Amino acid sequence: MKKLFRTGNPYIWLTAGTLTVCLLMICGLIVLIMVNGFGIFWPRTIVQFTLRDGEVVMGEVAKKESIPHQKDASRTKLKVGNRDVYGMDFRWIDDADVVSRDYPPHALAFERREWGNMYGFLHGLRQDDGVKPLRFNGLAPLLKESRALYKKIRYVEKKEIGDINYRMEKSRLELKRLACLQPTEKIQKKVAAVTAGMERLETIYRERENTLAGLYAKAREKEVVVLLADGREKILPVFQIIRVSAPNEMGVFAKMGFYSAKFWEFIWGEPREANTEGGVFPAIFGTVMMVLIMSIAVVPLGVLTAVYLKEYASDNFIARLVRISVSNLAGVPSIVFGVFGLGFFIYFIGGGIDKLFFPESLPTPTYGTGGILWASLTLALLTVPVVVVATEEGLSAVPMSLREGSYALGATKIETLLKVVIPQATPGILTGTILAMARAAGEVAPLMITGVVKLAPSLPIDGHFPYIHLERKFMHLGFHIYDVGFQSPNVEAAIPMVYTTTLVLLFTVLVLNLTAIVARNKLKKWYSTGSM
Amino acid sequence: MENKKIKVPEPIVNIIDLALYYGKMKALKGINLDVSRKKITSFIGPSGCGKSTLIRCLNRLNDLIESVTIEGSIRIDGKDIYDPAIDVTELRRRVGMVFQKPNPFPKTIYENVIYGPRIVGIGKKGVLDEICEKALKKAALWEEVKDRLHTNALDLSGGQQQRICIARAIAMEPEIILLDEPCSALDPIATAKIEDMLVELKRDYTVIIVTHNMQQAARISDFTGFFMLGELVEFNVTTEIFTNPREKQTEDYITGRFG
Ligand SMILES: Nc1ncnc2c1ncn2[C@@H]1O[C@H](COP(=O)(O)OP(=O)(O)OP(=O)(O)O)[C@@H](O)[C@H]1O
Ligand SMILES: [Mg+2]
Repeated sequence: MKKLFRTGNPYIWLTAGTLTVCLLMICGLIVLIMVNGFGIFWPRTIVQFTLRDGEVVMGEVAKKESIPHQKDASRTKLKVGNRDVYGMDFRWIDDADVVSRDYPPHALAFERREWGNMYGFLHGLRQDDGVKPLRFNGLAPLLKESRALYKKIRYVEKKEIGDINYRMEKSRLELKRLACLQPTEKIQKKVAAVTAGMERLETIYRERENTLAGLYAKAREKEVVVLLADGREKILPVFQIIRVSAPNEMGVFAKMGFYSAKFWEFIWGEPREANTEGGVFPAIFGTVMMVLIMSIAVVPLGVLTAVYLKEYASDNFIARLVRISVSNLAGVPSIVFGVFGLGFFIYFIGGGIDKLFFPESLPTPTYGTGGILWASLTLALLTVPVVVVATEEGLSAVPMSLREGSYALGATKIETLLKVVIPQATPGILTGTILAMARAAGEVAPLMITGVVKLAPSLPIDGHFPYIHLERKFMHLGFHIYDVGFQSPNVEAAIPMVYTTTLVLLFTVLVLNLTAIVARNKLKKWYSTGSM
Repeated sequence: MENKKIKVPEPIVNIIDLALYYGKMKALKGINLDVSRKKITSFIGPSGCGKSTLIRCLNRLNDLIESVTIEGSIRIDGKDIYDPAIDVTELRRRVGMVFQKPNPFPKTIYENVIYGPRIVGIGKKGVLDEICEKALKKAALWEEVKDRLHTNALDLSGGQQQRICIARAIAMEPEIILLDEPCSALDPIATAKIEDMLVELKRDYTVIIVTHNMQQAARISDFTGFFMLGELVEFNVTTEIFTNPREKQTEDYITGRFG
């Protein structure tokens, strides 16, 4: 026994075993997320059940399980869709009640702009005097047309009317500002000019609204009739359809094409239906932008702090106390940082900025409310200990002999720091930054009170001067997960989205980190050879 | 102690009653010594006797260690270098130093050599190129590295790295060069190269070298000081020290009977 321990093998088993357990758990988590996250876009077969009482239901199988406390009995959870007809998306069916199940080849899955999926059979195109038969193939040109129309409508709504609203708001604020000044002749002239401008805008606005009404009327023109499984007929405006598929007739390649299209939409599209459908692009954008602003804030803050602590402060009681306190900041619950950010950044600093620079829009706050800048700064505070600790370690790792070499050539302390010590410590600093970025990207609680919203009307970067709007509220993948998974009106339908969003968040963090790592290696090379 | 101080021609450095404490520990106990201009002066003695401490006093590198206190004075060209009015960086530009372990910066060879001149504010590429070439030639390294000036200095061999450090010091055109066991990490061939170079450097610079290698001291230096336990035991012309030492301790040490 003693001899066994002498060989050291048990320690190897112990450490290797622990490592294996950790790896297994991490891999398990990632595999779970991947399987669930990647699976959701794969088109599933549509199954049709005839029940014992003669009822016919149709949909996708979502889950199968045995009924507890009953032997050999099982039930199936069927996604029947047609929420507008049935009231809910899912239905449990006792397998014992199923008389027959078949897979009708012409069954279609309609993805709609509202009310989730619809499953049924295409009956035809509705006309004033009845129904004109329509094949599945005949639907494609109609869809193409409606998509073009949708694009046009979006453009008018978002870009043109958005622009007008933006300029109207500007003018309104300008008027308000002018009203506060002495009504000299010059000012009155200005007021007249602005008012005239507003009137012009108003006219354009009305024109645009007319265009829009026309477009919407055109959108409602074409309607198809869908035959549901229970024999009912449903009228479905073509404009409502985003995508139609006949999964029972699809081959593998067709399915892959469908999958890619869905995935593409998920990454680059905007969310629909209270975030349970569509894409997550605004959330990806918000997350990345927030992390970048946070990095820009946290690196100087952390590095300067660490340089003072390590290089200038003498190693006395106070310095040690400060160091311990900084490290322990990492243990403060993040929601506390959120509250601090709300009180300090938003109410105090943001309120101050509003009073100084945006008095005309008060009481509507500009900076005195949650926004991407304040959220980023709050997270910078939260992650500053990581950067401080990493930088201090990086600085400690720079050998005394290098510093002495620099001093011996007549360099001052600051020259030595800038030219020798900090470049040498840069990999450490960047490692700290990478850790801080990872931490910040996954943090949700403090964001909820400093500027994250469920649905942001516009991105923090757009075409309106000054292009970067740091005061705007933003969307965030972490919050999106919480919102879709727990706050959405249709949780059951949204759960797969939770996995996919998690996957996207993981991937985003990975890409951010890889970028930082590449930057670190480039910098290292640059310092050592003077070229990239 | 005065009796041990010999007259040297053209003294450039005068060390007068120098004592140094690390906290309470007295590491140098009243050193009196003159260093001659444009000659090689070597310091020998057993490990821990204070040789490094002494030469680090000459460019005030000991200032970096908080616990150090210094008594007595050191004059270079007649000026007390511990005078508060002295600019330390200016002093260090005049007194270059090469360390025991090669410590090139993790930059290119070129950037290493022109580190000092850059700091003084020389920015013209032409001037810097010229300084670099001249310093590398003096350090007997030019032929070996002229084709790869812009590669990392850390890719060089130990001996080449040490010559980079010497070139780096020379590039500042100092009056005095301090070398603290510059060959201790090198093989005999690299050592011989550096020794030749030091003899060559003597024409323009005052060289002070610490060494554990008796033959090296005997071969290249003009004056030798023998230290023990923080005291200067004997200081004399090198040939005298090695052929006719006055003190018993010196004789024991150089004949290898102790230490
Ligand atoms: N930074 C320091 N703090 C405290 N004591 C020191 C320090 N540096 C050196 N000493 C002490 O001062 C004495 C002289 O050290 P020094 O490095 O000058 O010796 P040395 O002659 O250069 O030895 P070696 O030949 O081994 O390099 C030694 O006893 C050493 O322990
Ligand atoms: Mg030494």
